[in-house]
Amino acid sequence: MPPHPSPTATPPGPHADPSGDAERGSHGAKKRFLHDAREYVRDTDHRAFLRRALAGYCATRDGQKARYRDWEHARDAASLAKWNAVNRLDEMLVRFADAFEAGGGKVHWARDAAEAREIILGIVRAAGAKAIIKSKCMTTEEIHLNAALEAEGYGVVESDLGEFIQQLRGEPPFHFVFPCMHVRRGEISKLFEEHLGSAPTESPEELTMIARRYMRRLYVEADVGITGANFLVAETGQISITENEGNARLTAALPRVHVALAGIEKCVERLDDLAVLLPMLATAGTGQPLTCYNTLYGGPRAPGECDGPREMHIVLLDNGRAAILADPEQRDSLQCIRCGACLNVCPIFKNVGGFTYGTTYQGPIGSVITPHLRGLGDWNHLSQASSLCGACTDACPVRIDIHHHLLHNRRNAVRAAPNRLERMGHRMFAAVAARPRLFATGGTLFRRSLWFLKKLRLPLLRDWIASRDLPQAPARSFRDQWRHRAPPAVARSRPATTGSDR
Amino acid sequence: MNAREAILARVREALTVPGPGPHQRAGEMAGHGATTHTAPPPRGSLPVLALEAARPWLPDGGATPEDRLALLADNLGKLKAVFHRVPTIHAAQDLLFSIARERDWKRVAWHAHPLVEPILAGIPCATHRVDSAAALAADLATDSTTPKDALEACDAGITGCDALVAQTGSILVSSATCGGRALSVLPPVHVVVATPEQIVATLADAFDALRERHGSSFPSMLSFITGPSRTGDIERILVLGAHGPKELFVILVG
Ligand code: SF4
Repeated sequence: MPPHPSPTATPPGPHADPSGDAERGSHGAKKRFLHDAREYVRDTDHRAFLRRALAGYCATRDGQKARYRDWEHARDAASLAKWNAVNRLDEMLVRFADAFEAGGGKVHWARDAAEAREIILGIVRAAGAKAIIKSKCMTTEEIHLNAALEAEGYGVVESDLGEFIQQLRGEPPFHFVFPCMHVRRGEISKLFEEHLGSAPTESPEELTMIARRYMRRLYVEADVGITGANFLVAETGQISITENEGNARLTAALPRVHVALAGIEKCVERLDDLAVLLPMLATAGTGQPLTCYNTLYGGPRAPGECDGPREMHIVLLDNGRAAILADPEQRDSLQCIRCGACLNVCPIFKNVGGFTYGTTYQGPIGSVITPHLRGLGDWNHLSQASSLCGACTDACPVRIDIHHHLLHNRRNAVRAAPNRLERMGHRMFAAVAARPRLFATGGTLFRRSLWFLKKLRLPLLRDWIASRDLPQAPARSFRDQWRHRAPPAVARSRPATTGSDR
Repeated sequence: MNAREAILARVREALTVPGPGPHQRAGEMAGHGATTHTAPPPRGSLPVLALEAARPWLPDGGATPEDRLALLADNLGKLKAVFHRVPTIHAAQDLLFSIARERDWKRVAWHAHPLVEPILAGIPCATHRVDSAAALAADLATDSTTPKDALEACDAGITGCDALVAQTGSILVSSATCGGRALSVLPPVHVVVATPEQIVATLADAFDALRERHGSSFPSMLSFITGPSRTGDIERILVLGAHGPKELFVILVG
């Protein structure tokens, strides 16, 4: 196994600190981002590894998309289903809560992460839990639930294979759909050897079976199962959970108590909306026709059923979502179904990797919503980490205008904290550009002195030059060249000369 | 104000500011930028797309029973599930017994179901009925893991289903009609017995079938099973049987 110089050896990202919540040192996040991004970008092995993994995704996704009779219209339908629920969220939430409680479950409301943790801890205490099993749920990452449970002495095991590997590694998920996509099989083998005492193996199949065997007793013995929810169906009061491994099904089948945590934006109005959203989620997210298990839960076991939990709780979490809703410009980012497609196609994600973001939700959508959830001042730099190519927006199954929202965040940040130097520069340029003579003289001066400016390493230029080459200054200005251009007929017959010919 | 009221108040307050209509970008909102579209529709009169309208855009579910059967078989194959069609219960029995012998099953779990019961009669291994009086009694004893242990020790779970979905190759099971929640996911092999009449075209049709069967009081769990359990978490390489069944058989009788 080749030694892998990945910087993951020391997990960056502020969430490595388990107690940390929304509040964090102001410029720390940005500094860390720049530092980690530099490290990851240098690691060409790591980048090639990610690219390979994601190339496979693109191929299967495109194959699956071809089975839709009209993918673009299907995106409209999916987008409309979520738009409808988000724009009537108050009504949806009330309908969902009432219908769910009619099914025998209990609804809890949490304004923020601390309240959600307290509610779940309360349920766990009341259940007298000895063992807790969890299936993958990004919202529990958002509220740092595991750390809170462990602080009270509860053992909690992540059952999703990727999450389990990340739990053993002591790292947060790298990608919110593929949590350990950055880890090589050799590293996993070592990890299992260390923690589970298994024999080393290079086979993904055997590694999966080691985890499977380890987990089976835990499902049987756990008293409390914690899951997320992909959708809350207002019409029927059911939650919908999408997964491939079967671990969420087991988590919601065997323990005595089932707790689900979901953001308030997960609502859809009707069961029929899922007939569109479930296939779209699968195809956009993993290139499948449908994810392996799509399961609806309407409450604890009903009379006459032979198994299932005795109690079911759902915790509805706000934690900043209402603030996004209040921004009509970016309201559509609450339509997100967390498929991960925007990460998979993002050139920035492919180069800097998931940890660099330092957020629960990585990639383009994370860059859009994190400033709302945790403060624009500290997290605005994420909106700069984009080439604005729009690949994310094109990939999004619910048509969120992701890359424009990154621009909106940039604008908002400038409004909130104007950059004096930049503004002065723009003013000066405007003044010069409005005066043709001054512009011509300025241009000549600038062309002549460019080599010197490079050497000076002015503070504003320095960052820019660090990763780019300043072009050679042309000998003559554009206006000069235009004035003395060759006659049109000749010009057409040969490629235009550019300044760099010199 | 309690948390519920506080959250709902925030949401209502947020929604008093009109946002872009569906398929509009923020910049296209009325009065927001250069391009002025029609104002977003007032609340309460929002266009909700009828599923019928979306249907022709989604993957095909097959127009005739033959189409649907062919599509289902094709999809199940792609999902690495094993599909068999047999003419009679008797043939289904032969098939199941040969699978049992081949894999050397010691014990299979099942539930009371008009198709499952006759097929299982005489199977050359022990059986465990998850919804038997004895199993239910053991379950009532609090903190007993006996019924879970018994199921965990089984080599296969045999169930019926509520519908088969041609469009996606999915099997719809419910906690009320398919032996609870764990039978179809805990044992390493899942065998589904169904009839051709249970095949529906699309997910939406499956929801219709559910409403027809259960009215508005659905079982506490409904699950669309689409192929054997799988994971791609290790280097994005597909492995079957992550936590749920490694093998999935669909036996269509008739
Ligand atoms: S923003 Fe769109 S593409 Fe990105 S995760 Fe959400 S739904 Fe998927």
